[in-house]
Amino acid sequence: MENYSKIKTKANFRHNLGKTLTYMLLGIWGIIVLFPFYWMILSSLKSYAAYNGEYVPKFYTLSPTLRNYIDAFTTVNLAKYLLNTVIFTVATTALMVLVITLAAFAFARLEFPGRDLIFTLFLALMMIPTELVVITNFVTITNLDLRNTFLGLILPSVTSVFYIYLLKENFAQIPNELYLAAKVDGTKDIKYLFKVMIPICRPTMVTVIILKVIECWNLFVWPRLITDDPAYFLVSNGIQEIRENGFGRENIPAMMAAVVVISLPLIILFLCFRKKVMEGVSRGGTKG
Amino acid sequence: MEKSKKWKISKNTLMKILTSYLYLLPALVFLGVFMIYPLVDVFVYSFEEGYNSAAQSFFGVGTYNYSYVLRDEYFIQALKNTIILVVITVPVSTGLGLLIALALNSIKALRDLFQTVFFLPYVTNTLAVGLVFMILFKKTPYSEGMVNMLIGLFGGNSVDFIDGPYWAKMFVLCFYTIWIVLPFKILILTSALASVNQNYYNAAKVDGTRKGRIFLRITLPMISPMLFYLIITGFIGAFKAYSDSVALFGTNLNAAGMNTIVGYVYDMLYGNSGGYPSYASAAAIILFAVVLTITCINLIVSRKYVHYK
Repeated sequence: MENYSKIKTKANFRHNLGKTLTYMLLGIWGIIVLFPFYWMILSSLKSYAAYNGEYVPKFYTLSPTLRNYIDAFTTVNLAKYLLNTVIFTVATTALMVLVITLAAFAFARLEFPGRDLIFTLFLALMMIPTELVVITNFVTITNLDLRNTFLGLILPSVTSVFYIYLLKENFAQIPNELYLAAKVDGTKDIKYLFKVMIPICRPTMVTVIILKVIECWNLFVWPRLITDDPAYFLVSNGIQEIRENGFGRENIPAMMAAVVVISLPLIILFLCFRKKVMEGVSRGGTKG
Repeated sequence: MEKSKKWKISKNTLMKILTSYLYLLPALVFLGVFMIYPLVDVFVYSFEEGYNSAAQSFFGVGTYNYSYVLRDEYFIQALKNTIILVVITVPVSTGLGLLIALALNSIKALRDLFQTVFFLPYVTNTLAVGLVFMILFKKTPYSEGMVNMLIGLFGGNSVDFIDGPYWAKMFVLCFYTIWIVLPFKILILTSALASVNQNYYNAAKVDGTRKGRIFLRITLPMISPMLFYLIITGFIGAFKAYSDSVALFGTNLNAAGMNTIVGYVYDMLYGNSGGYPSYASAAAIILFAVVLTITCINLIVSRKYVHYK
């Protein structure tokens, strides 16, 4: 009997130790993830003088100020960068959804010679890294005189083979009978697509839209190549410009205010659509 | 009479085919112009010697661009940086991701909260948050910086991680890269672990199998397809590193000695030393060849170790 209780205490101890270590690991990584966010908010609330007065940085501030946020919108063109990014994101996403929906519909629902061959070729294109095609695209856009225009920014990213594939798979799951019934009733293909297929596949459409919005908001390389006029900068290029030429070199609190403003929209989007975003990324995300 | 009927049908089908292609047309046009044509063109560029982008003329055809790139010290530096980055970040991030996913799967309380927090880096702007990392690690005459303060607490000497020695800069770059890529790995591995059939574990429990053995004999084989998927995408992603480096060290990466292969391609194309699409193309194709080789090796190795159902 005594032995049993000894063994039991030992097992309990082990179990608790394991649990504690697990939570410690998760807690430590949680702190590492959250700390940069805390630091950027904290720094953005410190006044310029206070920030630069601290040789050893402080973990708190007793006199928070919103001055830096005012600076971020008045001294540099942060509002313009934000507006550009919103225009770019909305236009690119809307155009892309239209293009891929039509293509996915053709692949999933219509019958025409060459369909399977073209679809296979499309799938093969998924393996092509953007780095390989960006060089010629840069030359093409330059030759078309589309540098420093929204058109030049938008055009190369309005198709995505992967999203066509994702949507086609989803469209193909809709039973044939529905289409045939619609045909008997004399419904046109395009009307069937918009009135039946898209509503049924709304979850996938939302996933695609969310993923594309995240991608657009964080796009850096293509806009950097195609714009050198700050009037067309997106937020990523804007923050780089702010870092290198804005505010004067040492005004870090104002820079952090800009970083907070840029980061906030996507974080809010994520917190609102947490399940959707994570599900979408596990189905079709990359980055890393 | 019969003939005309047949003709009518074929006209009908013809219309059908035409409308089908009309649906496909936008996608075909965009992919043709911005994917397929550039894919051919990049090879053409890479073999045109002495290409002048202003006059759009070239001297001859050959492999000079490749040999120039391979002898360029900036390319060698970029290649070295990229390889170090790949060798460090892929194993560390995959291992850490697995460890965190295992921990997440073993708890119930606070699990949703942890998952949400861990995912945050995925939705952040690499350039913007990179600036925060720069400030945390930087040491200036006016301020020691957060990280150096911590090092000081443990009795170490302070180092400037942004403008200092090479190893310090490389450390920050690797650290930031892992911070950025981990959410994706944790997410994929957590759902892979959750989808392992519970019956296997119950059977092992009945047999009194030890935890380490359960992990090696059940968990690892069951999630091995996803693990290899992550390793392959991890290699590809790390070879294409660029934005993280810009975020930390600024756009003039050659001066900082922290350029990557992709950065070299873009610098050749546009920027301070830009205007050489031929060199850029050659470098991009070299990168593609390296990535393709590594991916093939990965696939061959995975055939031996991965258990597909």
